[in-house]
Amino acid sequence: MMPIEATNQRQATHAARLTGAEIVWATLEGEGVREVFGYPGGAILPIYDALRKFPIRHILVRHEQGGTHMADGYARASGRVGVMMATSGPGATNLVTGLATAMLDSIPIVCITGQVSSKFLGTDAFQEVDITGITLPITKHNYLVTRAEEIAPAIREAFLIARSGRPGPVLVDITKDAQQAIADFDFDAAIPGEQRKHPMLRVEEEAVTNAVEMILAAKRPVILSGHGVLEARASDQLRTLAERLQIPVATTLLGLGGFPASHELSLGMMGMHGESWVNESIQQADLLIACGMRFDDRVTGSLATYAPKAKKIHIEIDPAEINKNVAVDVALIGDLREVLEQLLPRLAPRSAKKDGSAWLRSIRALKGTASVRDIQNLPDNGHLYAAHVINDIWHATGGKAIIVTDVGQHQMWEAQYYKHDEPRSLITSGGLGTMGFALPAAIGAKVACPEKEVWVIAGDGGFQMTSPELATIAQEGLDINIAIINNGFLGMVRQWQQLIYDGNYACSPILSPDFVKLAGAFGIDGATVTNRPEVLPTIARARTSGRAFLIEFQVEKEDGVYPMIAPGAALHEMIRRPDPLIETTSDV
Amino acid sequence: MLHTFVALVEDKPGVLTRVASLFRRLNINITSLTVGHSERPDVSRMTIVADAPAGAAHRVRASLYKLDNVLEVDDIGQFSCVVRELALIKVAATTKTRSNVFELAEVFRARIVDLAPESLMLEITGVSSKVEGLIQVLTEGENKILEISRTGRMVMRRGQHTSRVLDAMRIPEPEQVIPLLEETHGEISGGDVDLELIAEEPNNPT
Repeated sequence: MMPIEATNQRQATHAARLTGAEIVWATLEGEGVREVFGYPGGAILPIYDALRKFPIRHILVRHEQGGTHMADGYARASGRVGVMMATSGPGATNLVTGLATAMLDSIPIVCITGQVSSKFLGTDAFQEVDITGITLPITKHNYLVTRAEEIAPAIREAFLIARSGRPGPVLVDITKDAQQAIADFDFDAAIPGEQRKHPMLRVEEEAVTNAVEMILAAKRPVILSGHGVLEARASDQLRTLAERLQIPVATTLLGLGGFPASHELSLGMMGMHGESWVNESIQQADLLIACGMRFDDRVTGSLATYAPKAKKIHIEIDPAEINKNVAVDVALIGDLREVLEQLLPRLAPRSAKKDGSAWLRSIRALKGTASVRDIQNLPDNGHLYAAHVINDIWHATGGKAIIVTDVGQHQMWEAQYYKHDEPRSLITSGGLGTMGFALPAAIGAKVACPEKEVWVIAGDGGFQMTSPELATIAQEGLDINIAIINNGFLGMVRQWQQLIYDGNYACSPILSPDFVKLAGAFGIDGATVTNRPEVLPTIARARTSGRAFLIEFQVEKEDGVYPMIAPGAALHEMIRRPDPLIETTSDV
Repeated sequence: MLHTFVALVEDKPGVLTRVASLFRRLNINITSLTVGHSERPDVSRMTIVADAPAGAAHRVRASLYKLDNVLEVDDIGQFSCVVRELALIKVAATTKTRSNVFELAEVFRARIVDLAPESLMLEITGVSSKVEGLIQVLTEGENKILEISRTGRMVMRRGQHTSRVLDAMRIPEPEQVIPLLEETHGEISGGDVDLELIAEEPNNPT
């Protein structure tokens, strides 16, 4: 638009006297930020007033929680740091859920909040809240900045902390008087004041040797591929390791896409709703090579019976994760890609037999008998299952879309029926399990990657938690496709009530609005799908509309996600898909 | 079991909260915590004694180190070190009963630092069990204890020193890998060591 002026300004602002508010933008610009999400308010108005001088796009959100999820989705889709801005008080407290979501999933975001002037701190002034105190346990670090001179160093440090080591969210709280004061600004001089301490990493020669010996000696090895594979950009190295030694790869929910799902060595997702052969393989393995994952309880089931025959190698960047849940034999604490590059030259390729090793053959046998997942192949019996919908979205998009899910049954079905071959093609709230995440996170993903096809897959419950962000989509003119899997229940709650609470569906049936009409109120087109033949054509309509499109899929009400490991049960004690579903074929 | 961590932390507002909050979140009780200036003006030294399961030390240390304001953490449980605690004890004592307290103070090498008509104050330095020994004999004796203020444990490793850690932080060395657990035990060089104190260490002077 105004390239010459913008260029000049950028040079000028690298060393100048600016207001604190201008320093905020100039520092963000210096960090390469092109888009921020935010919501203005009293204590951050000086910063908003200064925005017009800088070539940064601001996306107005409808609720600050949504804004944090947008910054989060932006970071997950692109690998860049997402930025969210909010005012003091309620604006700041609305960030809490989003910060905790990013913290649990190690997502690099920076939230900037306005704060009352420093002389009012601690006086219960209007819209004053101790947000650095509140967010202490749910941020990687946070700052209270009371002087304009401290703004640039704090923001630069925040970016460094957010994206270094194990990534995470950082909050910078800036008082209004600091925004209004004038200070010298020098982007390059505002490098983090303290020399960063050494990471507490340890990749010892002896440990590497041990790991290599264990890998070469293993007869039944399994690689466990986690979110760290994406964060360390180690997909290629992981694939080389797997292919070179013909080791099958099981994936965590957040690790999906780190190893291609269509690869012959891919087992699929492990854990509570992992396929039976995946969990059986882990239970029978004699070696687990855990890469960038943290042995979450949803992945291990009962710890007492977890992979009892396996030695364990843990490659992980966060030393606090070592031996936290599962005791390991060798810990390689460091950047996953660097550690794998250290290991690979010492692992000679194994001559691949034509039909694979005995281990791979036995896994194939497990797969053959345990696979009861032919829902999408069953003849149409008049019932519409979520699995159909998700499988069809996968077919229609060729597996190339960015899928953003909410939390619940549809999330697990997505993980089972959409085959992710590319890193960062699935965005989902794993650790915190935040309902309402999908719609705003998809907005962040679309803003970060406008050239990519973005799909929201959400349940009828979670979608209603953040549905006002439809207005953000409309205002920004974003081309996002939305699939609501409507079964009239808080589905996962209902499933637990069915299996664990004697079928007492306490407060899990949920009334929804007419989602298509709701979308229409925001100027967004939509359609309702109630039977299987309409699924693919409607998906095609959404994909070719060129603008946002919402599809409400009215699916089987009491379908369950299977297999399932009851909480606290062993990994091999799976609840299989019950017969009634299969019997529905006789309806035809 | 009790674990002792020595942490070098930035001397900034809120750092104590961050450290304390970590223990709260891990549901680990802090038995004692002492903070004060270190050899560098912008860095404080904390000695934290915490009651945690035997296997928790590594995770606590790693979690502490993850805090941005924490520059260095030592789990000194396994190393040779000097442990000291300071206590002030106010004891009820009249002119008639003072001499008894004086005797006990003598045995424990405690000092009388205040004398009032109805009380006196003792200052004692040593390992915790020595302080507890004095408190115990005072309690069992005729003199009522009126007030006790204890610092909690302060610990410093023998030989090994952290000033080079702080020095090194001025130089960016991103590639350097620091061992998770120090393998080298501090070596005692005769010249630096107060042999009397070493001798005192294993046994209480009771």
